[in-house]
Amino acid sequence: MNPSGAVRSKLLRPLAMALTPSSSPYSATLGSIVSRRNFASSSSDEVLTIETSVPFTSHKCEPPSRSVQTTPKELMGFFQDMALMRRMEIAADSLYKAKLIRGFCHLYDGQEAVAVGMEAAITRKDCIITAYRDHCIYLGRGGTLVESFAELMGRTGGCSKGKGGSMHFYKKENGFYGGHGIVGAQIPLGCGLAFGQKYTKDETVTFTLYGDGAANQGQLFEALNIAALWDLPAILVCENNHYGMGTAEWRAAKSPAYYKRGDYVPGLKVDGMDVLAVKQACLFAKEHALKNGPIILEMDTYRYHGHSMSDPGSTYRTRDEISGVRQERDPLERVRKLILGNDIATVAELKDIEKQAKKEVDEAIAKAKESPMPDPSGLFSDVYVKGYGTEAFGADRKEVKSVLP
Amino acid sequence: MRSITMVQKLGKVLTNTRRFSSANSISSKPINLFSAINQALDLALDTDPRSYIFGEDVRFGGVFRCTMGLADKYGKHRVFNTPLCEQGIVGFGIGLAAMGNRAIAEIQFADYIFPAFDQIVNEAAKFRYRSGNQFNCGGLTVRAPYGAVGHGGHYHSQSPEAFFCHVPGLKVVIPRGPKQAKGLLLSCIRDPNPIVFFEPKWLYRLAVEEVPEDDYMFPLSQAEVIREGSDITLVGWGAQLQVMEQACVDAAQEGISCELIDLRTLVPWDKETVEASVRKTGRLLVSHEAPITGGFGAEISASIVERCFLRLEAPIARVCGLDTPFPLVFEPFYMPTKNKILDAIKATVNY
Repeated sequence: MNPSGAVRSKLLRPLAMALTPSSSPYSATLGSIVSRRNFASSSSDEVLTIETSVPFTSHKCEPPSRSVQTTPKELMGFFQDMALMRRMEIAADSLYKAKLIRGFCHLYDGQEAVAVGMEAAITRKDCIITAYRDHCIYLGRGGTLVESFAELMGRTGGCSKGKGGSMHFYKKENGFYGGHGIVGAQIPLGCGLAFGQKYTKDETVTFTLYGDGAANQGQLFEALNIAALWDLPAILVCENNHYGMGTAEWRAAKSPAYYKRGDYVPGLKVDGMDVLAVKQACLFAKEHALKNGPIILEMDTYRYHGHSMSDPGSTYRTRDEISGVRQERDPLERVRKLILGNDIATVAELKDIEKQAKKEVDEAIAKAKESPMPDPSGLFSDVYVKGYGTEAFGADRKEVKSVLP
Repeated sequence: MRSITMVQKLGKVLTNTRRFSSANSISSKPINLFSAINQALDLALDTDPRSYIFGEDVRFGGVFRCTMGLADKYGKHRVFNTPLCEQGIVGFGIGLAAMGNRAIAEIQFADYIFPAFDQIVNEAAKFRYRSGNQFNCGGLTVRAPYGAVGHGGHYHSQSPEAFFCHVPGLKVVIPRGPKQAKGLLLSCIRDPNPIVFFEPKWLYRLAVEEVPEDDYMFPLSQAEVIREGSDITLVGWGAQLQVMEQACVDAAQEGISCELIDLRTLVPWDKETVEASVRKTGRLLVSHEAPITGGFGAEISASIVERCFLRLEAPIARVCGLDTPFPLVFEPFYMPTKNKILDAIKATVNY
């Protein structure tokens, strides 16, 4: 059995490994890997080439290059998006504790680089489907803060009319097929989306996200076989945050090398805390999937919160481990260092962005609170197509009427 | 309002039930439902060295603390975590039980039991029948928390008992409180048939009562009359009984005498006790959280009409969950609440 120390050291694989110090206190580790151009006159569209924190590890495919192209504009966008996501999740935590959010609530803070890096590589015609840790994926797909908070609080202004709650965010027009409650159940569904895309021939792919817990569900392997058999443009993204609820990955998986678990399906292990690595991997995966069929991306990531709101998240892992990841691998801090190291913005400017994020979140919450609770009649709608099914009605709501087409 | 002066007859079963439990003379302590489950599991492990408990996170006590301390006491080879795969959990349980062991499998929420549905329905339930009694998995007990908790939403609130009641070869048991849970769970674990045991998760912490500390069992397939009355019979199980009990109290204030029956075992169920009660009262109301259509209340209703047609003085009332997915914000509307039951009691009695 692995001693927990071994697990910890793996989680804490330091950024510094690939980096060397430079002069600025904020870019302590990033200077040398950035191919520096003339920053003083850097325009926001200038191309920067930045190396990923660690090399990609691949299974049955040639890994993409560690050198990722980006622009100051993109990096600022990453920072903004991740700061907003982080703030949203922290606010959701307070709202839950204030009992304004009911139901089960799973927070994404720590994993933001996966949502943001993935979006940077794909279009809104590509599909994304995920499990129940879905708030930030939704935001990444172009969802709004107000709709997020309204949904969390069960208001009509929510992205699922308040009927879904935390685990069931959707945004059809932007290819977000949503949050799914049952562990692993979204995987075959995601491969089905890719099956549909195979017919439409519009060069789009589906990213199916699942966690390391779901990686042991039989459904994954059934879906993988079909996806590989039929060369579907399916990208299976294992967001490995190393704990399936309270169970460490090595306690649940004979092989926690999830990128290899597809056997005949190629895989790539990615530092999911490095938004540029995620972007590079997703670009690579999309190209691969359109040409060759499915691929697994294992995103090595970390959730700061517990599994859900009833899990303090500190009984099965040490506080040192959590704070260690925060200090050494935090996705937001990594981008902050890149921005400062390349003189794209100042410390104060980034602080302002974070303050702005807080302001936007607070405003969105206030606005979401104004959204009314759904009308009780909403209980009966959307069960079937209107007028084509069974409705219950009556004062005691126990009478049932069936309506046939 | 009639029959309130009718002589109350004690059901035969009621006395049987009391005799079966030797609990009354032994010391008891007030504990909650999850502690009672924990005691039962402890006893099961202690009394049978070939019993095993497994499921997601159970080694650490499980999300509802039902298996707290058991891994420390009996070792990680008898109380262990499984990967997150319900189909595997039940399948392995069947195999373990088929080798003569007592396999006590936990599915973390009843809502997650469906990946294991095939294993339970096609493998566990029919193993004995299709092998001509050469094989069985009678040692298998699948435990799963079911039902509403006030804010559980779509996938932490469902009551899927009726699906399993449709499967000959399985038993389905649901306790109403700590004392019942301990006695019934021990019976289930020791019963030579595969059993699905649903635990009312709303009551895990909420329900506290005196629970005997010794090893005791309650009989399966025996309903219990928990409140005697003469005007109408109410049948329910699990957490719903608390709601029904309140409705009985309110009805009594309006002069209606309700007899409340805890079915305890849903399959095979104790028709005789319900029949005897309905013959006495002439009226029946069934209540459960699961949606009304195809719920187990429908089965009870049909059976009692067959047996008591000429004795019934009103249509059988069903106060159940609505035919919608289990809702999030609409939970209060969905639930078969005390007032809905009270309305139905009055309507039935005044029919």
